[in-house]
Amino acid sequence: MEKEKIVEMRNIRKTFLNNVANNNINFVVYKGEIVSLLGENGAGKTTLMKILYGMYTKDSGEIFVNGKKVEINSPKDAIALGIGMVHQHFTLVRTLTVLENVILGLPSPKGINLDFDYARKRLQEIIQRYGLVVNPDAKIWQLSVGERQRVEIIKALYRNINVLILDEPTAVLTPQEVEELFKTLRIFKKEGKSIVFISHKLEEVMEISDRIVILRNGVVTGERRKEETNARELARLMVGREVIEVLREKTSVTEKSPLLKVEGLKALNDKNLVALKGISFSVNKGEILGVAGVAGNGQRELEDVICGVRKPISGHIFLDKDEISGRSPKEIIRLGVGRIPEDRMESGLILDLPLYENLVIEFYDKPPFSKGMLINYKSIKRFAQKLIKEYRIKTASIDVKTRTLSGGNLQKVILARVLSQSPKFIIASQPTRGLDVGAMEYIHEKLLEARNNGAGILLISEDLHEVLNLSDRIMVMYEGEIMGIIDRSKEKVDIEELGLMMAGAKRRKVS
Amino acid sequence: MNTGFWTLTFWVGFLAATVRMATPLIIATLGETFAERSGVLNLGIEGMMIFGALAGFLTTYFTKSLWLGVLVATLSGIAFGWLMAFLTVTLTLSQHVSGLGITIFASGLAYYTYRAAIGSPTVPPTIKAFSTLKIPLLWKIPIIGPILFDQYAITYIGILLVPLAGYLIYKTTFGLSLRAVGENPEAADAMGINVYKIRYTALLIAGGLAGLSGAFFTLAEFNMFLYDIVAGRGWVAIALVIFANWIPSKVLWGALFFGSIDAIGLRLQGTAIKVPFQVYLMLPYIFTIIVLILIARNASYPSALLKPYRRE
Repeated sequence: MEKEKIVEMRNIRKTFLNNVANNNINFVVYKGEIVSLLGENGAGKTTLMKILYGMYTKDSGEIFVNGKKVEINSPKDAIALGIGMVHQHFTLVRTLTVLENVILGLPSPKGINLDFDYARKRLQEIIQRYGLVVNPDAKIWQLSVGERQRVEIIKALYRNINVLILDEPTAVLTPQEVEELFKTLRIFKKEGKSIVFISHKLEEVMEISDRIVILRNGVVTGERRKEETNARELARLMVGREVIEVLREKTSVTEKSPLLKVEGLKALNDKNLVALKGISFSVNKGEILGVAGVAGNGQRELEDVICGVRKPISGHIFLDKDEISGRSPKEIIRLGVGRIPEDRMESGLILDLPLYENLVIEFYDKPPFSKGMLINYKSIKRFAQKLIKEYRIKTASIDVKTRTLSGGNLQKVILARVLSQSPKFIIASQPTRGLDVGAMEYIHEKLLEARNNGAGILLISEDLHEVLNLSDRIMVMYEGEIMGIIDRSKEKVDIEELGLMMAGAKRRKVS
Repeated sequence: MNTGFWTLTFWVGFLAATVRMATPLIIATLGETFAERSGVLNLGIEGMMIFGALAGFLTTYFTKSLWLGVLVATLSGIAFGWLMAFLTVTLTLSQHVSGLGITIFASGLAYYTYRAAIGSPTVPPTIKAFSTLKIPLLWKIPIIGPILFDQYAITYIGILLVPLAGYLIYKTTFGLSLRAVGENPEAADAMGINVYKIRYTALLIAGGLAGLSGAFFTLAEFNMFLYDIVAGRGWVAIALVIFANWIPSKVLWGALFFGSIDAIGLRLQGTAIKVPFQVYLMLPYIFTIIVLILIARNASYPSALLKPYRRE
C-alpha cells in the first residue's frame, strides 16, 4: 500500500567549509508514520533536519511538501508548512512562563495585544488531549528537563504541525520519562501526524519506529522497515563494520582499600539552593565508581567540590589521609587528583593558548617545566611532543592554537595531561560526550588502563551505557542524594531498578 | 526661597521639584529599559541626551516653536538610536565601545554645532521656555494640586509614558518578542521572531526618548543651552534601569527617588545648613554608587545583554 508522502527531500547537499555534512541525500516522510534517522554523531542527521526546518540553507537539492516544491528559508516558513522541530538544546526563554513561551512569535487574535485567555484555553486542550502535563504559569527555569521537553512539544502542537522532528529527545530523560514520551508519540501517529525521530540509540529506534533511515558520513547507507531488520544489522549500517560487544576483562583489584572518602558533603548550586544534601560514599583503589543519574541532580556540584572550585557548606573529603575539601584547586591537583571536567572547552582548556601550553597548564610551575619564576619552554615542548605521540593526538604541530583541534583530540589533550601525572584519583565527568566512536573507545581504554594500574576513578556520565560498560560499582544520584550503590561484583544490574532509582522512585539503603 | 524647613510650603515646593527633576530621568530610563530588554546596553544615552538638548534649543531658538523643538530633539535621538543599532546589531560591534563612541561623538557634535550656530557670546542666548501647564480644576486640590498638576507638559508626557511602556512590554506581541530577544535570541529566532528588527525598534525607542529627555533641560528646566547641562543624567539612567529591575513602574519610583535627591540639594542650598554647595550637587552621584552597590549584585540582567546576535 503506497502511503501519502508528506515531505520529500531530494538530493540535499550541504557543506560546512570543506566538510560535506549532507551528500546528495534523499529522504521521505509518509503520513502517520514514525521514521527514525539513525546515525553516529556527525553523520549529518541534525544538519538534514535543520535544513528542513529552515535553520540551515542547503547548497543544492529540492524539498517538496504535500507534493509541492517549496523554499524554506526560516523556521517560520517551516512552521507555516506544518513542520515543527524539538531541538537537542531547547529553544525556550528561561525567564518567561510556559504560556508565554508557547505563544512567542505568533500573531495574536487581538492584533498587537496578547490574548492570554484564548492561549490558555488552547494550551489546556493540548495538555489534556496528549497527556503532556505541565503548569502553564510556571517559569521555564523552574521546570525539570523532561517538563521542558514537553513544553517544546506543546509549542509545536500549538502551531498545528503535521510533521514533528525530535532531535535526540531521549538523551536527557529517565527510562520512565522515555516511556511517557513514546506513549505521546504513538498518540500522534494515531492522529495521522508524522514523526522524525533522530537518534543513535539502537534499542529505542527498534522500539518506536516504523521505518529507519540510516546515515553515515553524510550519505544514506540504508533504509529498513522495522519488521525486516534487527539491531545488529542497523549497527553495521551505522558504524560501517560489525560492532563487536567488547566485554572488557575486568581484572578487578583484590585489595579494596578506600582511596577517596566523602563524608556528609553538603553544597549549594549557583542559585544558592542545596544541591548536595549531605552525601557520603567512597571510591576504592583500582575501581571505577560510576555515577548514574539525570543531569542536574548534583553531579556537577559534586565535581566542582572535589576539584576545589566550589566550597562545600559542610562535610569532608579525604584523599588517603589528606583532607582536600576547602583546599584550592591547585593544591588538590598536587595531592594527586586528576580532573577531566565536564566543560572541557571552558574549564578544561584555554582554547586560545598553543597546544604545548595546554598540555602542562596544571603543572607548568614545577620542575622540570620551570625554575623559580622562569619557564623552561624547551622542556615543555619536549614533553608536549612526547605526549602527542603517546596519546595519538592529531594536530599539525604542538605550536597551533588549541582551538584548531577536533573535539576528540581536545579530550585526548586533557586525558594526556591528567594521565602523564599518574594521579591517584581521577574524576572524569562526561568524558566522551560528543565524541565519535573511535575517540570514545580510546578514552574508555585509557580509563580502564589507569584503573588497572591502581587509580580510583569517579566516572560521572549521562550516558548510561558508558556507566554500565566501565563501572565496578554504580552509584545513582537524584536531587542531591544517593539513591543507592550497586556493587557489580556481588549482583547483576537490574536496568529497571536502575531507572527507578534515577527517577527518584526507588531508594536503597546505602551501606 | 529662604523658607523654614518644616513649613508646608517647603515640603510642597520640595515635592513639586522632585517630580520636575525626575522627568528627564523617567523618560531616558524608560528608553534605556527598552534597549536593555532587547539585549543592547545603550551607553550612547548621555550623548543622545546632550544632542537632544541642543537640537531642541536651536530649533526653538530659530523657529520660536517649542513643540517643533521637542519634535526635532526626539528625531535626533532616533537618528542616533539608528546609528547605535547599525553598529551593534548589524555590524555586531562591541556595545561598550559603540555606545561610548556615540556619546563622545554626539556631545562633541552638539558643542560644535552650538559654536557654529551661536558663536561664543558672553551671555548665552535664551529662548522663551515652556511654562507650567496647570491642569484645570485638579491643580486647585490642596497640596496634591501644586505637586502633581502644575508641571511642564513634558513632565505629564513622561509620567504617562510609564504605563504605556509597561503595557507595551507585558501585554503586546512586540513586548513578548522584546523580552524573549533579550533573554534568548536563539530561541526567539527559532520561533520566527526577527531579532534584528526587534533590536532596531528598541534602540529607536531608546534614542527617541533620550532625545526627548535632553530637550526637557533646554526647553523646560532651563531656557538656554549650557555645556554641562545634562551633567551625567544619562549615566544615572543606566544605574536606574538596574535599580528598577527593568520594570517600567519601578522606573517611576526610582526616578522620583533620584529626583528628590536633586531637589533636596536645591532646597538645602537655601537653608541655614552651611555646607559648600558642591556637596549638594554630588548627592545624586553618591546615591547612584550606593544604590548600585546595594542592588546590582542581585540584579537579574537580561541574559543576552551585551551579546551580539549572529545567525549561524
